[in-house]
Amino acid sequence: MRRKKKERRVLTGTHFMNGDVACAEGAIAAGCRFFAGYPITPATEITERMARRLIEVGGTYIQMEDELASMAAIIGASWAGAKSMTATSGPGFSLMQENIGLAVMTETPCIVVDIMRGAPSTGQPTEGAQQDVMQSKWGSHGDYEIIALAPASVQDMFELTIECFNLSETYRSPTFLLADGFTGHLWERVVIPPPEEIKIVERKKPSVPPNEYQPFKPDDDLVPPMASFGEGYRVHVTGLTHDERGYPTTIDPKTQFELVKRLCDKIRKNADKITRTYEFMLEDAEVAIIAYGIPSRASVKAVKDARDSGIKAGLLRLITVWPFPEKQVEELTNHVKAIVVPEMNYGQIVKEVERAAKETPVHFLPKLGGEPHKPSEILKIMRRASKS
Amino acid sequence: MTVKQQFNRHPLAKYLREERLPHIWCEGCGDGIILNCFVNALNDLNMDIDKLVVVSGIGCIGRIAGYIKCDSFHTTHGRPIALATGIKLANPKLTISVISGDGDLFAIGGNHFIHAARRNMDMTVICSNNFNYGMTGGQFGPTTPLNSYTTTTPYGSIEHPFNLVHLAAAAGAIYVARWTVLHAKELTMSIKKALQKSGFKFIEVISPCPEIFGRRNKLGRAVDIMELYRKISETIHGCDPAKTEITDKRIIVGEFVDIEKPTYDELLQKQFAEVQKELTRG
Repeated sequence: MRRKKKERRVLTGTHFMNGDVACAEGAIAAGCRFFAGYPITPATEITERMARRLIEVGGTYIQMEDELASMAAIIGASWAGAKSMTATSGPGFSLMQENIGLAVMTETPCIVVDIMRGAPSTGQPTEGAQQDVMQSKWGSHGDYEIIALAPASVQDMFELTIECFNLSETYRSPTFLLADGFTGHLWERVVIPPPEEIKIVERKKPSVPPNEYQPFKPDDDLVPPMASFGEGYRVHVTGLTHDERGYPTTIDPKTQFELVKRLCDKIRKNADKITRTYEFMLEDAEVAIIAYGIPSRASVKAVKDARDSGIKAGLLRLITVWPFPEKQVEELTNHVKAIVVPEMNYGQIVKEVERAAKETPVHFLPKLGGEPHKPSEILKIMRRASKS
Repeated sequence: MTVKQQFNRHPLAKYLREERLPHIWCEGCGDGIILNCFVNALNDLNMDIDKLVVVSGIGCIGRIAGYIKCDSFHTTHGRPIALATGIKLANPKLTISVISGDGDLFAIGGNHFIHAARRNMDMTVICSNNFNYGMTGGQFGPTTPLNSYTTTTPYGSIEHPFNLVHLAAAAGAIYVARWTVLHAKELTMSIKKALQKSGFKFIEVISPCPEIFGRRNKLGRAVDIMELYRKISETIHGCDPAKTEITDKRIIVGEFVDIEKPTYDELLQKQFAEVQKELTRG
């Protein structure tokens, strides 16, 4: 049965979907109307879904010649007024770093989905990993802050994609959905709510006429209102260091200092509003797992098993990876005596945890090779941690 | 503004961000002439400037986007066409012009150029070809003639240059022309024609770089280079682009391709209508 026009925007109902497809549906529900991409495992299903679905809702899909072009195109589309997205995996994410920097510098709302696979280089195309976490923070040159969310279920792939759009529009920052390949390829039940129950945020528009508008002059929240091309504001946008008018002022130290500071501060100072975590049995926990993405699911089972064996265990799941939920980790150190970090890499977020945890011992459980952690592996290291 | 200031104001000043002038280009550079021809074309066409977007890349001519008083984007190196593609598709009502250099469009951005031409993406691409990377001090690029001296070809270039108009035509551009900056009237005419056509249009502009490329290759002052253009350029409209290779003896200028072909956006709109029809039927 074909759907009526209204229903095609949000596929309200219960579905059995894979994570990539749920991500595409989340994007469309959030109002994404431009997608530029390039095929890559394990993110291809997102581009395939967008190619089929965007045209149904009046949006545009284009397959570009490479990921450099995809990233550039979504920036252009965003300035033309569309909510835009691209999706890729490690090798493509590397190519996108150049224009991710441009999106940061020009404060362009746009979404990059990275379905992480085994790396470096071509690595393990079909196997999930969490090896791009530090790249997502530091991949483009220069000082900047970024927003990245880590889904752990197919339901998350739908919901957090919407949240990515809302954060991106709010803070005028490129925002990442940082999913491991297992979550991307997972098939699970997804409940898509009716459209009126989905919270959608739109970017701030200028409230002054064109002759008074300064495109990079921030409001109190450090975010400038954004005019779209074609609205008569005649905006100049450049990747060069620019003043509040948007004009290049490349040799003025003050302009560079103020711009870079604001680009970082608009995320740092709003970190409390951005960061989200999920707590499981943490109230009286003595040993806490800190995990994100698919390892957080094995961690839930490990916590239950640990409790059964008498260890007061709990889980802090990072829904927001960047900005790093420092406060939540710091608070945790007030009452736990050890922290366990399972990650599908050889040591990335664990360093951030160590930094925030200060004196509290942190036990690291790396996982390489293309399979997720087993609950028993996490339990084993928790036992060791509880004795330390 | 006093009456005198009003009187003294250049009639084309309304197209420029006057507060940003003077521009950064060297004396004798051809980029100012390209800017002049571009705004003259806008003026002649009485273009709706609020619906025009100029996109440029990195290099001397890349700064042009910041001088024209319209929505404009000065992108990363090589990416103006890819970024312009996103602008055009997200708002097809906008007129897009990409103005950039030979290095930006054909070395680092070469892939985007051929694919936008292949797709017949609706945009006018103007290339200021000065045969070298001027902004970084004069290195050789994809159009540098054989045996030319640059900072990175101290013994002469051993690379065969691209023939840009041939490349554009082969990749699928629906309008292809070449002029030198000496041909200001013809260039303005070409820009006007291109802005009115739908599809991927390409105009190569041979532009002097007396300070950097000219000095190293003993081409003389800007006027000497203009005199050279006068001497060796020959207008052959409709010339086979394959036969328009630039040599030190001859620069063939003119309009080489002028055809019609459905644009990406037109095909997309057609497909959109078909899909919508199918969906409402169901």
